[in-house]
Amino acid sequence: MSGASLDPRLLRKAPPRPLRFSWSDERFRNIVYQVLVVAAVLSVFGWLWSNTRYNLEVRRIATGWGFLSREAGLPIGEHLIDYDPSMTYFRALLVGVLNTLKVAIIGIVLATILGTLLGIARLSKNWMLARFAGAYVEIVRDLPLLLQLLFWYSLLQGLPGPRQAFNPVTGVFLSNRGLKLPYIQWESAHSWTLLAVVVGAVLTWFYRRTVRAKQMQDGQIRSIWPAALLLMVGLPLLVWAALGAPFTIDVPELRGFNFRGGLDVSPEFFALLLGLTLYTAGFIAEIVRAGILAVSQGQWEAAEALGLSRRRVMNLIVLPQAMRVIIPPMTSQFLNITKNSSLAVAIGYQDIVSIANTTLNQTGQAIEGIAIIMLVYLTISLSISLFMNWYNKRIALVER
Amino acid sequence: MSAAETVASSVRKGVPAITLAGVNKWFGALHVLRDVNLEVAMGERVVVCGPSGSGKSTLIRCINRLEEHQEGQIIVDGKELSNDIRSLDAIRREVGMVFQSFNLFPHLTILENCTLAPIWVRKMPKKEAEALAMEYLERVRIPEQAGKYPGQLSGGQQQRVAIARALCMKPKIMLFDEPTSALDPEMIKEVLDTMVMLAETGMTMICVTHEMGFARTVADRVVFMDRGEIVEQGVPEELFANPRTDRLKTFLSQILRGH
Repeated sequence: MSGASLDPRLLRKAPPRPLRFSWSDERFRNIVYQVLVVAAVLSVFGWLWSNTRYNLEVRRIATGWGFLSREAGLPIGEHLIDYDPSMTYFRALLVGVLNTLKVAIIGIVLATILGTLLGIARLSKNWMLARFAGAYVEIVRDLPLLLQLLFWYSLLQGLPGPRQAFNPVTGVFLSNRGLKLPYIQWESAHSWTLLAVVVGAVLTWFYRRTVRAKQMQDGQIRSIWPAALLLMVGLPLLVWAALGAPFTIDVPELRGFNFRGGLDVSPEFFALLLGLTLYTAGFIAEIVRAGILAVSQGQWEAAEALGLSRRRVMNLIVLPQAMRVIIPPMTSQFLNITKNSSLAVAIGYQDIVSIANTTLNQTGQAIEGIAIIMLVYLTISLSISLFMNWYNKRIALVER
Repeated sequence: MSAAETVASSVRKGVPAITLAGVNKWFGALHVLRDVNLEVAMGERVVVCGPSGSGKSTLIRCINRLEEHQEGQIIVDGKELSNDIRSLDAIRREVGMVFQSFNLFPHLTILENCTLAPIWVRKMPKKEAEALAMEYLERVRIPEQAGKYPGQLSGGQQQRVAIARALCMKPKIMLFDEPTSALDPEMIKEVLDTMVMLAETGMTMICVTHEMGFARTVADRVVFMDRGEIVEQGVPEELFANPRTDRLKTFLSQILRGH
């Protein structure tokens, strides 16, 4: 039982199993099968490769990546970086990648928040809340995503024009040209303020650590919220005030037939984000619910019997255990959002698939176009998977 | 001797630790506790037995409000159980509980399992909580497992950790809900030994168990329940030797045949 024993018998390891070159040896058989499968796969790929090369040559189709540095001449409505049609295909594809990342990242964050709230709501003792969350989940995950995207897009298209736009709050307009929001005219002072928020958040994290360490020293449980508020709101305000407190709001205005100024959310992006978020949130809600339910009632009872409040039981006992059930399927949902964002093609949002498609049509280099799309999705998806697997390993349970 | 006199003789002195007066509870249409009256004195050791489904577990789970009773009064350590969250917290701090399925926290080490409540409920410094936890782990004779996780321990060891975890809150009263029912025979003994040792320290204990040997050695009183009501109670030797009701006779014969 005790691990500290120095008995040499405990140090003995299982002897390696010898390999017999006989068809009746299981290990030998397995190795032969594996070699055969790898050889078959390699020869299929080799055949595809030579076949493609031969056909491209016969049809005199240009190959290679030279087109990337040629002028794209393709207009793109929304771009996070500077872009106009006189720039290269490479630049255009980069804009597409950034558009995909934009909708995927915002979608992942929003769907996680909404899904978690819905999942907890479905477990609530409040009858109304639980039923609402249940109905939401059932409706949203039973309808195809493409249908939902078309629904939201046509709903947005059906909105009145700019002149009759919905104007719920001053400066906010919802019309068939999308959503217009007021936006602060960006100056360097604002960048510094934003930096102060980040610094404040980092300091809060350190503060939380020292407070926890102090609690372990003297037992007193301290609230971190006053300090967190001071660091994350007070500090940025101070920086902003010190730099002269510049503040000019750019309010969208109706000029002629369209809006001028303000932050512009296109109907395409808005519909895609709405569709992806609402759809995936339904799945995430179920994952969160299952994760919480997977923690046995006995854990709640044992923790409550020790005198811990329900909030502490949730934070210290239930959520840490639920996480290990939640993370793997959650990873799949994050990958789904990323990949489903390619349905953007259907409603005209210019993501990587849309732009690579146009590139492919204009240059005729189908293989390169498809390869770029596959490479982009593979890179994004593998990055998400690697991060989530690392996190999952960190919180795994020790069993033996 | 009537049931009332038995109760009176076994109550030693001072304020009762636990008083149940006219307690009734239903699960839907099922009447699981019927007009239960029970008084447990400080330092008294009570064993509750009865056939499965007789309401014994429900009874002790009502004492720290893991189940809510719907009628009657439950007073623990001078405080009445009600919907008031503050009195509930105060009561749970004084009442330790050990479950049939151990319910250790699998993501925390043995030591962390024991220090969690002292740190977050008693607001104890970590060092002090750890020293306390080691003291109790020593007492249940598994200090060498402190750094391991529950999944790495045997059932008997896990249950002893669960007892140590409850004791770290320095409770005045300990509730045991069939603590040995999920264990192999050789592990039952190690857990029962720990409980006997605890009884010798003068702890107030209510224990739901089928271990009649344990009842005989430590119990001041045995309470027999059937179909949600207390049928008979008394000093163990007497109760086992001269059961007055047919229900207890049947139960005892079944228990003895099983052994």
